[in-house]
Amino acid sequence: MAKGESCILKMQGITKDYFGTRVLKGIDLELKPGEIHGIVGENGAGKSTLMNILFGMPVIHSTGGYGGAIEVKGNPVSIGSPFDAMKLGIGMVHQEFMLIPGFSITENIKLNRELTKSTLFSKIFGPRLESLDIEAMGNDAKKALKSLDLGIDEWSKVAGLPVGHMQFIEIAREIDKSNIKVLVFDEPTAVLAESEAENLLKAVRKLAGEGVAILFITHRLHEIMAVCDRITVLRDGGMVTCVERTRTSMPELARLMVGRQLDEAVRIHPDTSAKPLALRIRNFSVDMPGETAKKIDLDVHEGEILGIGGLAGQGKIGIANGVMGLYPAKGEVSFFGKPLPLNNPKGAILEGLAFLSEDRRGVGLLLDMSIEMNIVSSAMVIQGKFLKKYGFFTQVDKAGVRRHALETIKNLDIRCKGPDQSVRRLSGGNQQKVCVAKALALDPKFLFVSEPTRGIDVGAKKLVLDTLVDLRDKLGLTIVMTSSELAELRTICDRIAIVNDGKIVGILAPNADDTDFGLMMAGDYDAR
Amino acid sequence: MTHDNEHGADSGVTKIFGALKSFGAPRLIIIGFLVILWILALTIKIPMPALFSDTLIRLGMNAVLTLAMLPSITGGTSLFFGLPLGIICGLLGGVMSIEMNLRGFTAFFGAIAMSLPLAVLVGLGYGWLMNRVKGSEMTVGTYIGFAFVSLMSFGWVTLPFHNPEMAWAIGKGVRVTVSLEGRFSGILNNFLSVTIAGVKIPTGALMFLTLMCLLVWLFYRTQLGHAMRFAGMNPKFAEASGINVNRMRILGIVISTILGAIGILVYAQGFGFLQLYNAPMYMGFIAAAGILIGGASLKSARISHVILGTFLFHGILVVALPVANTVATLGSLAEISRAIVSNGIILYALAQKGGES
Repeated sequence: MAKGESCILKMQGITKDYFGTRVLKGIDLELKPGEIHGIVGENGAGKSTLMNILFGMPVIHSTGGYGGAIEVKGNPVSIGSPFDAMKLGIGMVHQEFMLIPGFSITENIKLNRELTKSTLFSKIFGPRLESLDIEAMGNDAKKALKSLDLGIDEWSKVAGLPVGHMQFIEIAREIDKSNIKVLVFDEPTAVLAESEAENLLKAVRKLAGEGVAILFITHRLHEIMAVCDRITVLRDGGMVTCVERTRTSMPELARLMVGRQLDEAVRIHPDTSAKPLALRIRNFSVDMPGETAKKIDLDVHEGEILGIGGLAGQGKIGIANGVMGLYPAKGEVSFFGKPLPLNNPKGAILEGLAFLSEDRRGVGLLLDMSIEMNIVSSAMVIQGKFLKKYGFFTQVDKAGVRRHALETIKNLDIRCKGPDQSVRRLSGGNQQKVCVAKALALDPKFLFVSEPTRGIDVGAKKLVLDTLVDLRDKLGLTIVMTSSELAELRTICDRIAIVNDGKIVGILAPNADDTDFGLMMAGDYDAR
Repeated sequence: MTHDNEHGADSGVTKIFGALKSFGAPRLIIIGFLVILWILALTIKIPMPALFSDTLIRLGMNAVLTLAMLPSITGGTSLFFGLPLGIICGLLGGVMSIEMNLRGFTAFFGAIAMSLPLAVLVGLGYGWLMNRVKGSEMTVGTYIGFAFVSLMSFGWVTLPFHNPEMAWAIGKGVRVTVSLEGRFSGILNNFLSVTIAGVKIPTGALMFLTLMCLLVWLFYRTQLGHAMRFAGMNPKFAEASGINVNRMRILGIVISTILGAIGILVYAQGFGFLQLYNAPMYMGFIAAAGILIGGASLKSARISHVILGTFLFHGILVVALPVANTVATLGSLAEISRAIVSNGIILYALAQKGGES
């Protein structure tokens, strides 16, 4: 990789705004032929946005385009659509496979780029009626598969192949495009077993050896260290650094990726380790699609704020949803020493647990109902509060509902026109407060909070977090907060459990080393 | 474009447009259509008091059937195209009350009382089925309705009813239409009925309708009623709040079935006959069109939608026929125009299922 070697791809000062929020703050990226370039960063660091720009995805152009310049082989280019990207020789191996199961491998590789030969009809009616040159297609497919050292028959059907092979077929499709110069791998090993991942890395090296420049995006730092020549670290839409692999180490990358974004204020963390256990979870598995948790063991002491962190899709979200009975769960859970019925949302609520869902608008609220009805909803239908009883018959106690709503709106400072305004038009922060109010109406002992600041303005985030601390300090609630934003967990939690691949990797103090957090989240803690 | 007085005019206009928009263009169009028909009727000298009498009578007769759509929609199972099931339960109650030789109010309320347990059972079964075909409730429901009507055609022939008023001459089975003369024909329509300025008001029927609406309204204010409404509005929310969503869906259907059974008896007392065999087949569509025109959507509905929608739908039917017959004096246009108008409204209502925002 001598200096002065010409770049195949150069991105300079790339910026992107979404609705006034700057999500990319001037990213520079240079890629040389045959180079393997790693890109690492937490969720929301800007990796996907950067790739969407490179591929001219509609989501970029329908939201006002981007700033900065892109050059391919020294020529400035404007990539307006994925088709442009393809013509420039930029290919992508997708995270989700885009294959047709009923077709053979060859047909999938050549899909929409079929080789044809002319026929009698095509001579009369034009090239749309040319027949497929099956033999040539098969040979091309064979060649592509061979270059990946994949010894499978090019005519076998895709359906039923192991996941690892499907990934390779995706790659074969890209390298079969004769002009491919840059190939992007987006989390290629996420769905692969370890041995398959090894094969993939081998294939990546081989491709690079043939002169293809490779952008390798992954959370797994050890893979980055194994194959990449240079590594770009992104954090919060900014570029932290671009280093040569030989000049860095896994712990350093982890530290750079997480970064220290702690609040200036140091909170006092009450020592709750001597307090009785509020929640004891053993051997607990949750089958939540995309967020599966496996064999979790976790203790939560009364009065503490426990954080659950980790990257998206690793299973941290599954824990709270499983305990609350919203997704099928098995294992042992006891709540203040009493066994908690599983897969029973009503039972969990009656025991004194409450939940602020990560899907605030979908699960947490009735968007077209008034604020007051949202607040009292669960408490009324599950605990029978806010009702007047006439024998068998009950009627809602409108005056009581109104009184409670006004009081809560004042206490939590919910900004609204009045208790009968529908929650759809409230801001994200105020909607979250309505969710908090709904949970509090249940008089819970224990609160699960998932992604409490997702989709909320920066200013309002702090208010939501302060509210949670207040609930613990003033009402003595025990809180388990799940969040993808490590910084906010470190702001208010007493202890932070990091989840990777469905399991708890470790529990850290909020002021623990950045390196430890980064390695745990990347699943490389043991490798240290 | 002028900019005079831009600010005031603008905000005023936006306000009016906003109000109209939330009221819903389809409803405005239907109301406009009705008003135009009334004006036409006036100009061609059709007696208006008779028209208004008919409209009120048909409102009283049909509104409970339309009301049967409401619990199903709010419970989350969309329009209740299983209405024929409820109707058949009501008809069975009516036939049994004649078989037992009941008369007057006893016959009417006896029929309701006997149809209720049937409606509950049928509703439970139908609800159980609807929970197994989530997402295609309307299609499956329509065909269940059709199938049940056809099945009951056998039932009507074979059931052991012997009262000569309704049995076939051969002595077994029930006739296609059974007269309610001397039983409970007009029992609600004529109760406390008064005539004001030539308009006959079916006081009893309207009172009964009010009672039904009041009961439904009270139900929605109970703990159970709220749980059902939450489940219909947002099943995921309800699940997370510990509500058994499937049970709430069944509850909505059971109440709908009960209202269907009561509704057909109210309809029959006004019509003067029990119509058996294939008659209930398409009644579900009429009720569905009614509530949709009233401003309901497939996911939310209110009692006001029921009343307004039934009034508009049947108001148009009542006035459209004489107008059409006078304007085009071809021989047998009545039946054709009736079919065109009623099916036209149904089509329009279903096409405009957006509802009030």
